[in-house]
Amino acid sequence: MTQEIQHHLSPQILMAYAAGALPEAFNLIVATHLSLCDQCRAEAESYDALGGAVLEAEPDAVMSEGSFEAVMARIAAGDGPVPKARRAKDRVLPAPLHDYVGGGLADVKWRPLGRGLKQAILPTTDSASARLLYIPAGMAMPRHGHSDIEMTLVLQGAFQDEGGYFARGDIEIADSETEHTPVADSHEDCICLAASNAPLKFRSLLPRLAQPFLKI
Amino acid sequence: MQRLAQHKDKKAFAELFAHFAPRVKGFLMKSGADAALAEEVAQDVMATVWLKAHMFDPARASVATWIFTIARNRRIDVLRKEQRPEPEELPWGPEAEPPQDEAIALQQDSARLVRAVKDLPDAQRQLVEQAYFGDLSHSQIAAATGLPLGTIKSRLRLALERLRHVMR
Repeated sequence: MTQEIQHHLSPQILMAYAAGALPEAFNLIVATHLSLCDQCRAEAESYDALGGAVLEAEPDAVMSEGSFEAVMARIAAGDGPVPKARRAKDRVLPAPLHDYVGGGLADVKWRPLGRGLKQAILPTTDSASARLLYIPAGMAMPRHGHSDIEMTLVLQGAFQDEGGYFARGDIEIADSETEHTPVADSHEDCICLAASNAPLKFRSLLPRLAQPFLKI
Repeated sequence: MQRLAQHKDKKAFAELFAHFAPRVKGFLMKSGADAALAEEVAQDVMATVWLKAHMFDPARASVATWIFTIARNRRIDVLRKEQRPEPEELPWGPEAEPPQDEAIALQQDSARLVRAVKDLPDAQRQLVEQAYFGDLSHSQIAAATGLPLGTIKSRLRLALERLRHVMR
């Protein structure tokens, strides 16, 4: 299921995910990649283990009087989060995306951007943004750079750019050094999840003018 | 932990509470919560430990690691008012009973990691701790690179492969 993935997350990002230091939009794309990539999941969980070791080594704070009884009372009252099973039934969208889309691929509320290109902005907090992109087979995205970090995870089809060939499960991490022209592979329409903490910078004038309206 | 998971043993839970609740509270206070909020959230975390005890998989995590992940998620929820998306769940429970030796090996690795963290020079240990209190920088990541995470990583990889195999 996961052996073909060629492009992975960096140790820095995986540690930041385990430490809970990333904005929601990046947590979402990392969780989605980990759903498809056992190599990165094992690495992320090893950073969870480090968090456990830090907790274990933590000097105790003092609990309030009657704290244990309060917890037992809460449990008896059935007051607490109810564990929910989270397994994806969708062929394209892994489970973490379901809450944000409100279902599977058929439930995505696409907005057309012209030439068959579509996007759907997902509801995360403002610290960073996440969106699904639908790129028709063979289409080239306008050449663009980034003022900060952008991650792109392929969910269906594939794209090629200066950084290599990216298929389902592969994740590309672009920063202010990266400028690229992704082209969707011709065999299938490409669906990606993208997260960034700053707007993209397009090279040519037209997309740059359209950018405030497109919210990309 | 097993007594708690299988029999909802209140005495076992009291022992777990005595050990972990004060640590969780301390962790939350270092992450920026005041004492009252940290107390509230620590109680919440421990209630979740009881409710989710049957989901604990000893081949995937130590008890401390598992409780850390619950505390981290509640911290994001309460202090940042954000959801924390989690990866798709893999199967667990009776249909995928972890082999004893896998669980024992992972628990031993985790204990070794705790000792390694405690044995770090003070300055380096503080860097690693700060990373988990919600303030991450490159030097903190560098400080973690000397720790024995490699064996845990490869063991987790095997555990995941086994779970994937069960899924097929």
